[in-house]
Amino acid sequence: MRFAAAITEPTRTPDFQANAKGKLPTRRQTIKRMLAAAALLTTTALTGIGFGAAPAQAEDEIRIGVIYPLTGAAASTGVELKAAAELAAAIINKEIPAPPGLVAGIGLPHLHGAKIKLIFGDHQGNPQVGATEAERLITSEKVVALTGAYFSNVTATASQVAERYGVPFLNGESSSASLTQRKFKWFFRTTPHDDLFVGNFFTFLHDMEKKTGDKLRTVALFNENTLWGNETTKLQVKLAEEQGFTISEKILYPAKTTQMTSEVQRIKAAAPAVIMQSSYLGDAILSMKTYKELGFSPKMLLANDAGFNDSEFLKTMGKDGEFVISREVWALDQAERNPLIKQVNDLMHQRSGVNFNGNSARAFTGIAVLADALDRAGSTKPDAIREALQKTDIPASGLIMPWKGVKFDANGQNELGQGIIVQVQGGQYVTVWPFDVATKPVVYPMPAWDGR
Amino acid sequence: MTADILIQVLVSGLLIGLIYALVAVGLTLIFGVMDIVNFAHGEFLMLGMYASFWAFALFAIDPIVALPLTALLLFAVGVIVYQTVIRRILKAPMLSQIFATFGLMILLRGLAQFFWKPDHRLIPHSLVSGNIALGPVQFGLPQFVAALGAVGVTGALWMFLHRTRLGTALEATAIDREAATLMGIDGQKMFALAWGIGAACAGLAGGLIATFFPIFPEVGSNFILIAFVVVVLGGFGSVTGAFLAGIIVGLIEVLGGFLIGPEYKTAIVLSLLLVVLLVRPRGLLGKA
Repeated sequence: MRFAAAITEPTRTPDFQANAKGKLPTRRQTIKRMLAAAALLTTTALTGIGFGAAPAQAEDEIRIGVIYPLTGAAASTGVELKAAAELAAAIINKEIPAPPGLVAGIGLPHLHGAKIKLIFGDHQGNPQVGATEAERLITSEKVVALTGAYFSNVTATASQVAERYGVPFLNGESSSASLTQRKFKWFFRTTPHDDLFVGNFFTFLHDMEKKTGDKLRTVALFNENTLWGNETTKLQVKLAEEQGFTISEKILYPAKTTQMTSEVQRIKAAAPAVIMQSSYLGDAILSMKTYKELGFSPKMLLANDAGFNDSEFLKTMGKDGEFVISREVWALDQAERNPLIKQVNDLMHQRSGVNFNGNSARAFTGIAVLADALDRAGSTKPDAIREALQKTDIPASGLIMPWKGVKFDANGQNELGQGIIVQVQGGQYVTVWPFDVATKPVVYPMPAWDGR
Repeated sequence: MTADILIQVLVSGLLIGLIYALVAVGLTLIFGVMDIVNFAHGEFLMLGMYASFWAFALFAIDPIVALPLTALLLFAVGVIVYQTVIRRILKAPMLSQIFATFGLMILLRGLAQFFWKPDHRLIPHSLVSGNIALGPVQFGLPQFVAALGAVGVTGALWMFLHRTRLGTALEATAIDREAATLMGIDGQKMFALAWGIGAACAGLAGGLIATFFPIFPEVGSNFILIAFVVVVLGGFGSVTGAFLAGIIVGLIEVLGGFLIGPEYKTAIVLSLLLVVLLVRPRGLLGKA
């Protein structure tokens, strides 16, 4: 700071004068100004020589690498995830007051009140780019831990890089089950994975059969064809067989497409009672449009989160998004059970103008859990952070998730996560299952398009 | 599988195929006249969609009503792109030309994302909405109107190229640039015109599908790959060829996806590209 001040003061005045007179600053002034800016950017207790050269790293600034799809097809989700991560960082750094009881609100007392700094990487939805970004964040940005990357296939490659360098990677929002089956030493995941979610679907169907007396045994699987969709399909096939469901159609479609008529037509021809669908945002919208175009509504559309739970989904679909049922890790109406959810959501809404959703709430929680481990580690050494992560034991009351808490098993998977099932009713996602935490009953069957 | 379903699939394929045709017509026109492949063509489509979106969001003008405006706007964009970028690389090596339009693609996408956010948007209440049912065959009115519009625009373009003086001059430039110049046709003017019309076609396609397709900065990338296949199948530079090829590609994609499996639909379309390049590289109606 001292250096920064010394450099800025004298340069500022002549620069502003030059500008005021409408002259372009001279090259020397520009260089000076850039140096001043560089010095300002690095800020906080420079340890001496060489400002303006390689970004000087302050000891009380803990750098965390955050990899999200900030451009590309999933950029709108990425931007929300980023906002949630930044909110978490602001709370940890005590820039905004935290609601009492929130785990992130403790800050980093064991690190003498150090601040965390999020360094963002953009993977554009591409696993190779994700790996390159992870490498860049570790080697040139010197981050102490990584988090991200929303897409399961990108998380897979980026965490591989972290594993190679021995840097902790905490994943908050990728649900591909295989990620924690790799027996990685440095990988941790807070969110429940697809095995649990997909299992929930079948339990839900059993419960619905009991409740309505209808048979819901014919299922069409309609999943996008990257890692996530493929793994979901495999698991759905396995569980369906075990639990006595018939798969009447199984489709893996390319997410980047101009039409989904062939897909929907095939499902329509198979006439299943239930569709289980895994889609990202663009294809979720397009498929709904196609269902409507072809006048097709199954008894139940069970969506696998992601695109169907993106806050853009309802904004763009409006009434046509009604009655979709989706699995969730989070819903705003759960605030009735946990006041923290409402308080933190209000903070999010003030800062970024959007409510939390399942993705951003999990991104928020990921950063919070990482900060909790950093604090208990009392150090930025990778081994210490890893050890602290392994000892994580956060109770449900410190989280904004409907989980029983956070506690990692030997593979780095949070054992205390659990899912809920929501339905779009009146433009809101309301919890409809498990029945004991439901706030509204399920609307069943899904009304036909012309009967709405 | 019954005949009803098959007819339904064919109708769906035809409807989307006509849209592909309209997108590809602009691309093939630009290539035909000046031998430049426009990688930013999908972005013209994207701009057309956003033009419709903003006309609706800001002035409550329906996308269908806004079509002439969209066309004019994109015509202007095409001419500006020609005057500022393309004119400078006319004699440049092919690689530079590719990079110029490729760079333009990235620039337009980036600008769209910067100014209009990466969100997916839809036009919620268009004049055309709802379904038509003809016996067992159902299709959406927006899709039907879009396909009809695509036929109309392509037809109008064909008439322009073959029945007007200006259009004939454009065709002449496409066939033999030097001879056309010797006949007193202003090559620069024709090039600018080709870019204007090419962009306007993509923009119109964008405006037509804006009634049912989500609008986002990357939307062009979904269509451009297919447009290239259509152009290759139809024959580089042939408007009629692109029109026929668009329908064929639409039918093959939807029908192939339905019969063989939707996971293979892109592969089926791209295999078609390979087969055409191997068996008949000049396409259906291309110049030899």
